[in-house]
Amino acid sequence: MSDKTMTADEVVSRLRSGMTLGIGGWGSRRKPMALVRALLRSDVTDLTVVSYGGPDVGMLAAAGRIRKLVAAFVTLDSIPLEPHYRAARERDAFELMEIDEAMFMWGLRAAAHRLPFLPVRAGTGSDVMRVNPGLRTVTSPYEDRETFVAMPALTMDAALVHLNRADRLGNGQYLGPDPYFDDLFCEAADSAYVSCERIMDTAELTKEAPPQSLLVKRHTVTGVVEAPGGAHFTSCAPDYGRDEAVQREYASTPWPEFAARYLGGGLDDRYPE
Amino acid sequence: MTVTRSEYCVIACAEAWRDAGEILASPMGLIPSVGARLARLTFSPDLLLTDGEALLVRPDGTPEGWLPYRQHLALVTGGRRHVMMGASQIDRYGNQNISCIGDWARPKRQLLGVRGAPVNTLNNPTSYWVPRHSRRVFVEKVDMVCGVGYDHAAGARFHRIPRVVSDLGVFDFDTPDRSMRLASLHPGVTVEQVREATGFDPVVPDEVPYTREPTAHELELIREVLDPAGTRAREVGA
Repeated sequence: MSDKTMTADEVVSRLRSGMTLGIGGWGSRRKPMALVRALLRSDVTDLTVVSYGGPDVGMLAAAGRIRKLVAAFVTLDSIPLEPHYRAARERDAFELMEIDEAMFMWGLRAAAHRLPFLPVRAGTGSDVMRVNPGLRTVTSPYEDRETFVAMPALTMDAALVHLNRADRLGNGQYLGPDPYFDDLFCEAADSAYVSCERIMDTAELTKEAPPQSLLVKRHTVTGVVEAPGGAHFTSCAPDYGRDEAVQREYASTPWPEFAARYLGGGLDDRYPE
Repeated sequence: MTVTRSEYCVIACAEAWRDAGEILASPMGLIPSVGARLARLTFSPDLLLTDGEALLVRPDGTPEGWLPYRQHLALVTGGRRHVMMGASQIDRYGNQNISCIGDWARPKRQLLGVRGAPVNTLNNPTSYWVPRHSRRVFVEKVDMVCGVGYDHAAGARFHRIPRVVSDLGVFDFDTPDRSMRLASLHPGVTVEQVREATGFDPVVPDEVPYTREPTAHELELIREVLDPAGTRAREVGA
C-alpha cells in the first residue's frame, strides 16, 4: 500500500490556479491553516473556494486569491465578523455564491454521492434565490407536489482538511466533539489532502479512541501531511483550543503586515506544537 | 428587589418555549440562552439544550447526547426544534436579515451571511431576539431576506414565527395579514416608545398587556443559578 505522506508545499505544488478548492473545518475551528499558509506562499490564485468560512477565507480573500466564494457565512466565532472577508466583500473583490448552511451540506452530499443535485426545503422565499439566479427548483413527483430547491452538487477539484491523527495511508481520525464536514469534503473532491497533528501507525489509531473516530477513509485521500499545530490559530480540540490572542492580532492587523510576520517562513517555527 | 428590564426580557424569551414539549431549544444570544434554560428548569422540563457546540446537555452541563453540525442541520428539517435567532434587520412580516447592509452585490456593511436562516424558517418555529430595538433594526424592508417572513412563505408548510422579543416588548404576527403586532410591553415601556423606535407601523391593539412578572422562584434561578455574574445587564441595560 502506498505511503501518501508529503509536505505542505508538495500539496500546494499539486494545486493549480483556477481550481475549485474545498476547505474543511467550520468558522475558526479545525481549519487546515498549515496548508492554507503554504497556499498563500505559492502563486496559486483565481480560486473558487468552498468553505464553512473562517480565517481561511479571510486570508485568501485578503491576499486576492479568490475568484469566487461558495459560503453560508464567514466568521471567527469569538469575533463574529471576519474583518478581512468584510473588507473584501465591501470592495466587491470576488464573486459570491451565498447559500444556507444546510443547502451547503446537501450540496456536499450530492457531490459525494455523484448526484447532480439534492432537493432541499431551504432557500425558497429567501433572497438566496435572488442572488443566485442559477439555482433551480424541482417539484415532487409524488402526491404532495411540493416544490424544493434543487441544490446543485458542490464538486471540487481538491479539498484541504485538518484532523487530529492520521496514518501514512490517509486514514484520518478526529478526536474532538464535532467531525464538521471533513469526510464529505474528501468524498466530494477529486483529490483530498489531510494534514494532521500526528501521523501514527494504523494499529495505534484505535488503541485510545473508538473506531467511529476514523472519519476520513484512505480511498478518498491523495496526500497526508504531518503538521503539528496545523490548525493554529483556530481550535483543534482536544489537542489545543483557539489561540485567541493571535486571532485578535490577525483581526486587528492590516493583512500585508500580518502576512509578512506570519507567512514569511517563521510561522511554523514559532508554533511548532 | 425590583425586576430589571433584562429580567423581563429573559421571561419573554423563556415563554417562547412554553408547552413546546420534547424539542430542541436553540437560543442565539445571552438573554435567550438564560431564557431557554429557565424554561427547561421550570415550565418546560422536557426541552433539549445544547452546549453551543456538538453536545446536548442538561442545564448543569452534563452531556446527554451528541449533536454535531451535520445532525443539527438534519434535526432542523425534522422540525423538532424552536430556534431564537438574532436579526440585524427585521420587517413587518418577519423577514430577517443577518447577511449584509446595503446592496448585496457590493454591501455597505458585510455581516455574517445568511447562515441557517433560510432552512430554519422553512422547517422549524423561528423566533427572534433584538437586544436594542431601533429603527435601524425594525425596518420597512430588509436589505437581504435571510429568514423568510410571512409575505414570502406561501406554500411553506412548516413556516412559523411565534414571536419577536426586543428590549421594549414582545411582538407576534396574529393579525389578518400576518403583519407584526405588539403583543406585550415590558413594564416601564410605553406604546409611544415602541412606535418611535420602529421603522414601520406595528399593529397596536387597544389594550396592550404588560409582559408578565417573573415568579420569585424564577428570579432566584435567574440571579443565583443561571446568570449569577449578571451578564444579562450587559446585553440589555436598565
